[in-house]
Amino acid sequence: MNALKIVRLTAWAAIGIITVALLYVLLNPVDREQGTGVASIGGPFRLADHDGQIVTDAFLRGKPYALFFGFTHCPDVCPTSMLEITNDLNALGNAAKDFRVYFVTVDPARDTAALLKEYTGSFDSRIIGLVPKDDAELANIARLYRAIYRKVDTPSGYTMDHTASIYLMDAQGQFFGTLDSRETPGVRQAKLKRLLERR
Amino acid sequence: MSLLLARLRSFALSLAILPLVLAASPLSAHDYKLGDLKIDHPWSRATPGGAKVAGGFMKITNNGKESDRLIGGTLVTAGIVEIHEMAMEGNVMKMRALAQGLEIKPGQSVELKPGGFHVMFLDLKSPLKEGESVKGTLVFQRAGTLEVEFKIEARGASGGHDHGHNHNGGHKH
Repeated sequence: MNALKIVRLTAWAAIGIITVALLYVLLNPVDREQGTGVASIGGPFRLADHDGQIVTDAFLRGKPYALFFGFTHCPDVCPTSMLEITNDLNALGNAAKDFRVYFVTVDPARDTAALLKEYTGSFDSRIIGLVPKDDAELANIARLYRAIYRKVDTPSGYTMDHTASIYLMDAQGQFFGTLDSRETPGVRQAKLKRLLERR
Repeated sequence: MSLLLARLRSFALSLAILPLVLAASPLSAHDYKLGDLKIDHPWSRATPGGAKVAGGFMKITNNGKESDRLIGGTLVTAGIVEIHEMAMEGNVMKMRALAQGLEIKPGQSVELKPGGFHVMFLDLKSPLKEGESVKGTLVFQRAGTLEVEFKIEARGASGGHDHGHNHNGGHKH
């Protein structure tokens, strides 16, 4: 074996190793990202519910739940979303009997605890209003859930822009996915079923 | 006894005929004309408990040669009525008041429907209940004021179920 042949073999071996390494890196991006955990949605919060009870992320540990940002002066998206999730939970029957949907008002100036209780209760008793006591509490939970809310002036007052997805959180308080009005009831119910079955 | 049976039979017969009679009534019974405008089936949805707002929906057709604008209206149970547009930007719901109203160009139809243009009823004095009709008006820049009745449909209704074109399945079309 002459020197030239050794150089050529070494070069081919190097190319081979680099190719395998590159393929590994390119084909396994998901594996590498798993080390950093699931998308960071959720986290420590503390809010009063519509009965004045304190709800925290720690209190919710062990129970999957859903969370929605809305307000009662909302003509379309909020009632539609609450009606849809009520129908979805009813379709899931007994499996969803202890499930909770938290409705965080992005308009605490107008949405009192009593009003939110009447509003959510007119859909389903499993929907619970959460009432931030000030802008800081609202800003904190919106930031944790990466939700957007914005006050917009109208001729007679104001309305709110807001994120309209329903967040699904698992029993460990980790983000599981979202529900969307543009999905079919079948798709939404399959997601809820998977969430309820995951322990 | 036989008289009672005969009466029962005729009652049952009239019950059986009833759906046929209803089905034979005109499909677009709930529409209005004002000048060159045709307003088809103004409707709204039953409101959730405590809700002070609702959207009003309809289809407006301009059969004239000039553009017109829906600039306002009233509802007997609403303190304020505005013309709004709703739109989804990604997952964010955005709603805007239309300061210039909603234009209906000649030869065109504009549909006010969930998820888009709507008459915004604010400061509701009493809840809207399914099955009721609530009186109100629509105000157009050129054509003037029209008295209408808003039919209150179920929560989550997509509109048009007692009306020519039926949208089955959900609130999106």
